Amino acid sequence: MNRQIVKLFAFIVALFGVLVAFTSWWSVFDAEALKEKEANKRPLLEQQQIRRGRILAADGTVLARSIPKGSGDNLRYVRRYPEGSLYGHPIGYSFVREGDTEFEQFHNDELIGEDSEFASILDELTGGEQEGNDVVTNIDPEAQQTATAALQEVGFGAVVAIEPRSGRVKALVSNPSFDPNRIPFEQEELNQNKIEAPLFNRATQGQYPPGSTFKVVTAAAGLESGAITPETPIDAPGSLEVEGQPLENDFGKDFFGATLDTALTNSVNTWFGQLGQRVGNETMFETMEKFGFGATPPIDLPEEALSRSGVFDGDELLGRGEPVDLARMAIGQERLLVTPLQMAMVAAAVANGGKLMKPQIWSRVVDPDGRVSKRLDPSEYSEPISAETAADLATAMEGVVSEGTGTNAEIPGVPVAGKTGTAETPGNEACGGGLDENQAWFIGFAPADDPQIAIAATVECTEQFGNDVAAPIFRAVAESILDGE
Amino acid sequence: MSSARNRELFALVPVALLLTAGFAAVFAQEEDQLGNLSLIYGAYFLAVCLATHVFLRIRLPNADPYLFPLVATLTAFGLVMIYRIDDGLARDQANWFVLGLILFALTVQFLRDYEVLERYRYTIAVVGLLLLLAPRLPGIGQQVNGAYLGVKIGPLAFQPAEFSKICIVIFLASYLREHREVLIVGARRVLGVTLPPLKHFGPMLVVWGASMFMLVFIRDLGSSLMFFAAFLALLYVATGRFSFVVIGMAMFVVGAWFFASTVPHVHDRVEIWLDPYVDPTGTGYQILQSIFAQADGGLFGKGFGQALITIPGTDDPLLPAAQTDTIYSLIVNEVGLFGACGVVLVYLLIAARGFKIALLANDGFSKLLATGLTAVFSIQAFVIIGGVTRVIPLTGVTLPFISYGGSSIVANFVLLALLLLISDRARREAAEPSGRGLALGAT
Repeated sequence: MNRQIVKLFAFIVALFGVLVAFTSWWSVFDAEALKEKEANKRPLLEQQQIRRGRILAADGTVLARSIPKGSGDNLRYVRRYPEGSLYGHPIGYSFVREGDTEFEQFHNDELIGEDSEFASILDELTGGEQEGNDVVTNIDPEAQQTATAALQEVGFGAVVAIEPRSGRVKALVSNPSFDPNRIPFEQEELNQNKIEAPLFNRATQGQYPPGSTFKVVTAAAGLESGAITPETPIDAPGSLEVEGQPLENDFGKDFFGATLDTALTNSVNTWFGQLGQRVGNETMFETMEKFGFGATPPIDLPEEALSRSGVFDGDELLGRGEPVDLARMAIGQERLLVTPLQMAMVAAAVANGGKLMKPQIWSRVVDPDGRVSKRLDPSEYSEPISAETAADLATAMEGVVSEGTGTNAEIPGVPVAGKTGTAETPGNEACGGGLDENQAWFIGFAPADDPQIAIAATVECTEQFGNDVAAPIFRAVAESILDGE
Repeated sequence: MSSARNRELFALVPVALLLTAGFAAVFAQEEDQLGNLSLIYGAYFLAVCLATHVFLRIRLPNADPYLFPLVATLTAFGLVMIYRIDDGLARDQANWFVLGLILFALTVQFLRDYEVLERYRYTIAVVGLLLLLAPRLPGIGQQVNGAYLGVKIGPLAFQPAEFSKICIVIFLASYLREHREVLIVGARRVLGVTLPPLKHFGPMLVVWGASMFMLVFIRDLGSSLMFFAAFLALLYVATGRFSFVVIGMAMFVVGAWFFASTVPHVHDRVEIWLDPYVDPTGTGYQILQSIFAQADGGLFGKGFGQALITIPGTDDPLLPAAQTDTIYSLIVNEVGLFGACGVVLVYLLIAARGFKIALLANDGFSKLLATGLTAVFSIQAFVIIGGVTRVIPLTGVTLPFISYGGSSIVANFVLLALLLLISDRARREAAEPSGRGLALGAT
């Protein structure tokens, strides 16, 4: 019988080997995947027991903080947002059941204190409690308030304000917003509100036809590629047949022998249509890509909160060499869809002498002892145009505000560079299907000779034009930021 | 003369240290200070172990020196884990531990001539079956999670399956000792398959079939798997016929398929095992949370007292039945893969010692009894650890010596006593130059 006993033991050894193998699989090899499972609330529950750091505005205003509830094993922290809906975007929310979004999600590791591997190992060894870091943002409460109030007056839309030389985001507003404090009670309801879509961040997710603001990109491609100089005249008739359809200027006005300044100031469609064709598909797309089109925006928000900008065929983004109507793309039509963030990046790149800085909401991370553990080091995303091209564009954009289509953006005593846009969106379901609905835009920067702020403002579902509704928002936000300095 | 006992004594020292360190860790976590209570617990445990050791020194001087320290390790570890869940439960468990040791001592004292059991094998078999049936009896039976596992007589509640397994193993060992020869010789080849002779196989089939039926009747799948595996293990060791095992397996597959498709309780368990994500907050909750708890532990675990068992702010369980069914998952969660491997290794060492006893034993009954007891013990550990790691469907049996539960602790101490009784005799006879060992060595 002994032989059988030995064999039986060998079998038991094998069985226990299987147990060790399965335990290893769940606890180590498959552990990361299991932590991601929807049904697994453990990671969130554990995070809830860590005092999550605060989120602060640039001036120290508390935008989010955690308050303790219960004690001992039942101690947990609940998130509070003292400023309510004002910072619903881009801060988002963080709750156990409802999850994390936007800034709260992107900066989760810093906020729960897992940013430094060394610190957490040290915590484990010393039995110290893991504590979250505070994250200070660049957001200027006054600018955020001004932008929100200005938008609320005219309708749904978004505003993005960026400091051109650093990429610091001073304001990021999406109207309508939501009160993050209400999320535990109203998330489902808010999610189902498809018309107002308060949880949708229009500034970074909203995709709108850019209208004439895109002419800045077309002009940049023309100047940068050498297709034109600021002095190059182009004959722009009141109407031009492109791809079998007439392309028309406002009021059918002719602009024969017009140069860039005149064309941008008066937003001449047939001039830019021809320029787009002259520049060509390859160069247009190349310039767009350098401005950030086609890519996920390099801002510190999670991918779910971001949309790409470009020419879309359904859900598919078209790239270089693919057939597009260049003349109509040059004036912001075709199937172009852009985010307000993308257009703010275009304005910021022109304002910063052609260098596009990565837009960033965060400014520094402060550890529980009050030490700054990380600081934003502004970095360049790309250099879409030369300083010379940027200067030429700035001059032309100044004309738009001083004597062209964007006069409502004028600030007394401060030179302003900008561009209006009004894209017709007749029959847009989101606007209730009205036939006179427009997407109104203004992008620009100020002061034009020493840019401190670059802004994109857009209003959806309006019967008015960019200069009527978007330019005043630009002006109000720019003034609040310039006054504050 | 008793170097074995000296080895046992030395082996107990690290156990006491482990227990004290464990309690100290839990205390440090929960009270934020190191009270001397942890030392008192450690000292108390050590005193009980020493008393048992002295008892073994007197009654069973030659018995295997490692089994008791190994079991004490598991008990100590279990006490720390249960203490960490609920100190009230730990107190109960400590009392069960003492009661278990008392029954252990009584077994050693009164069953020195354990072959007396052979004489009463049919009585024992009937007792075993009645024990299984008890939870279904009106008035005393209790239903837990759809299974009839418990019996409650007045204030006394216990799980009879824990005791029944010992009865059934005793019967099988005794029956096979007598009939193994005829089972081998009388085997016939039918269609190329070696079949056991029905005449001698019959009584065993009846007992086994009845126990399986009872188990399905009381819906205790974990125990039925355990009983079945022990039956096959004994049959194989007694006859050396692997084909019998294959036939048994085939019978099991047919039986399992039959029950899985006809008994809803069994069917559900299998469905949950195959895809727990179908109903992650309902039927699949326990196994999923068990696995999530393990994922949370990683290589080294979160440390004693650090894992979440309930949802903070509520009494809702995050790891259901943490003190019984899923205690292994809690172990992985708190001491990691390394700690869990340590626990599995201790079970493996106990199995190794148990089979060693079977190898050393001189007579057929001792050999088969030691084999059966060791097999049923090992398989029980496999069934519950395999259940919570999704190797097999999760069913409710206890993790021997670690899980909370009086019946489990007490029954397993009786099992340990029987193993040590066999061991003491085998080693004593091996030490005697004119022992029967040589004469009967060929059995």
